[in-house]
Amino acid sequence: YAWDDNEEYLFKAMVAFAMRRYSSKSTTQISNVLLCNVTDRVSFWFVVTDSSKNVTTVPGSEVEAAIRMNRNRINNAFLLSDKTLQFLKITSTLSPPVEPSTPVWLIVFGVVLCLIVAGILFLVVSGIQKHKKKNKDSTERENLEEKVEVTLENGIPCEALDLKPGHINGVFAADDERFTSL
Amino acid sequence: LSATPEMPKEDGRPKWDNKFQYILSCIGFAVGLGNVWRFPYLCQIHGGGAFLIPYFIALLFEGIPLLHLELALGQYLRRGSIGAWNTISPYLGGVGVGSWMVSVLVSLYYNTVLTWVMWYFINSFQEPLPWSVCPLNENRTGFNEECYESTAVNYFWYRKTLNITPDIAESGKLQWWLILCLAACWLIVYLCTIRGIESTGKAIYVTAIFPYLVLTIFLIQGLTLPGATEGLIYLFTPNLNTLKNPRVWLDAATQIFFSLSLAFGGLIAFASYNPTKNDCEKDAVTVAIVNSMTSLYASIPVFSVLGFKATTAYWDCLDRNIINIINEFDLPEESIMRQNYTSWISFLNSSYPEKIAGLKLKSCDLQEFLDQSVSGTGLAFIVFTQAIILMPGSQAWAILFFIMLFSLGLSSMFGNIEGVFTPLLELQIIPKSAPKELLSGIICLISFLIALSFTLGSGSYWIDIFDRYAASVPLLVIAFFEVIGVVYIYKIKRFSKDVEWMTGRKLNLYWQIAWRFISPLLLLIVFMAFVTLQMQKPPSYTAWNPKYEGFPMKEEKVYPPWIQAICVLLAALPPVCVPLVALFHLVKQKRRSKDPSSASPEIFSCQGANN
Repeated sequence: YAWDDNEEYLFKAMVAFAMRRYSSKSTTQISNVLLCNVTDRVSFWFVVTDSSKNVTTVPGSEVEAAIRMNRNRINNAFLLSDKTLQFLKITSTLSPPVEPSTPVWLIVFGVVLCLIVAGILFLVVSGIQKHKKKNKDSTERENLEEKVEVTLENGIPCEALDLKPGHINGVFAADDERFTSL
Repeated sequence: LSATPEMPKEDGRPKWDNKFQYILSCIGFAVGLGNVWRFPYLCQIHGGGAFLIPYFIALLFEGIPLLHLELALGQYLRRGSIGAWNTISPYLGGVGVGSWMVSVLVSLYYNTVLTWVMWYFINSFQEPLPWSVCPLNENRTGFNEECYESTAVNYFWYRKTLNITPDIAESGKLQWWLILCLAACWLIVYLCTIRGIESTGKAIYVTAIFPYLVLTIFLIQGLTLPGATEGLIYLFTPNLNTLKNPRVWLDAATQIFFSLSLAFGGLIAFASYNPTKNDCEKDAVTVAIVNSMTSLYASIPVFSVLGFKATTAYWDCLDRNIINIINEFDLPEESIMRQNYTSWISFLNSSYPEKIAGLKLKSCDLQEFLDQSVSGTGLAFIVFTQAIILMPGSQAWAILFFIMLFSLGLSSMFGNIEGVFTPLLELQIIPKSAPKELLSGIICLISFLIALSFTLGSGSYWIDIFDRYAASVPLLVIAFFEVIGVVYIYKIKRFSKDVEWMTGRKLNLYWQIAWRFISPLLLLIVFMAFVTLQMQKPPSYTAWNPKYEGFPMKEEKVYPPWIQAICVLLAALPPVCVPLVALFHLVKQKRRSKDPSSASPEIFSCQGANN
């Protein structure tokens, strides 16, 4: 928007409003605010006079304090911000950044960690299960192979031959005669 | 007579599910963080498009032959690095041990870089991004001083992430947030490498392909940003004069060598899980070309974004000057725009020179902003993060960018871990009945505990040391011994026959010449040039010291002697294994020859060339 007399009027009104709020006296009028040296840049000097005290100017520190208190309202009246509406020698207090109770990154980290640990547990458990199954399978296969080997032998299981000791046939060794008498 | 059924794995060795997994694993190992943050930087400082000439010559005569050599070796001998070199000759076993050591050292620090990436990733979910605003000081009257003097991105990187100490000798404390991220990273590595290639083979589909997707997205977005074209023109404008500088050729050779991840033993391990009748020649050429193409492809979005950042900084500089001038001369708003800035400045300078001088305007030069080239972590964590703040929807871009960096690094970690894991598995450190998961768990746990030292305040200085000394010179030496060992000890004729048996066609003359003469010669030259350059000045580093007069410039400091000793140790330990193991076997041989009753199998394998 263009800066014209109406905007100047609004500015005077805002400064008067700020003075009124700050000092809580309702004596400051718009006519008390004087602008001078208005340039095309839209920069100017202004003073606030005190009509009750014989046309003296209000000390700069009071004006500064008043404006600082109502900075937000003044900015919003002109749809500007601290950067675009500058009062020289009035520094703005900075608002602290919003800090949530738990830092956001910790939450994200927690989510990521849970996913990883779940994945590892799943893989380890499935690995153990596969291992057990493989062991069971291999012992089964070993048994199968033993049987296969055993039956492929001569027909007589070797173990049977090994286990049983020699058998004395009573028919032939019945009597003490070891040699037949001629 | 036995009716045992035919085992699907003839020697119990795991194998790839399909050829694509193998190729993807090799590509993922080769394509890493260096492709994104080192190659574009080299291209920029060495005359843009002209750098591609030494780069492709190095690829042709150094990269591809060495890659083919490693893949063929692993595939034929079907063993990891230590086992493979022991098979070629026990005197050369040291080459395998050296590779294994380098893989261990690199795995330790590489995952810490991924820790930083993860830290940035989990911090990208906030609005506004934490590296875009400076925190306030204690009494809330202004911003934190360290942050105010440098920039918010610098502050977040050096203070909030690293909490860096001003000197490498000051260790500082362990940073608990980095420890958490480090633990998460090692758990991720464990998750993916838990069963060796059975698990990495599945994970690689995601980690190797995802970066290409993100690069494409960044490419499209980057090209639409204002100032992208300036960045690209600046990157690719060839300046053929730079080719006269031997430094350019050295950088090209070292970039190719380190980019392909040669001499780590990881490639040998990957190839050893292949069926023997596999065309390793085609694989080598494919992997090398894809790696180089990826570097080129990645430099386009990187430089679009850097051009955008330089242009934005230039505009900011202009705007600041314009505001100052308008305030000083009380000119109406929008009387001076960026376009007529120069004409206004010259007019005002002629009419009111003292006023203009009193304003102390900064000279704004786009070229100067483009010239601020950074590589490595500075590119990713400072320059790029700053550019991301300026883009609309910064959180999404930050998240994408850091996931991409994480995948790139993770797929390279797979190769590193495989280079450590496979030889240990073959040496049967743990009994055969114990599951593989145990060995990978032990490796990850021990690495995590050692890597905790990188989370100290001085951690990033140590990582620089490891990067510069453990992962550079030893690799060159080991690669040299690899080529010499295969060509002259194993004998090139025998190796050619092996390769022909595997690929099914006769070996091209190009490979013979490259393996016999060109590659070893090139490696020797590169090694000597590299060492000479390092020795020219005392090893120094730049430290971030808020109390330095030139702050926010970094302070140049020289390494104290005890750290220089550690650097030498890191660089010398892996290569020294080669002669040590040879000596050890020589002594063992002499002792055995004194006792002729025991037949030594070493003699058989030493003279196995006569088979």
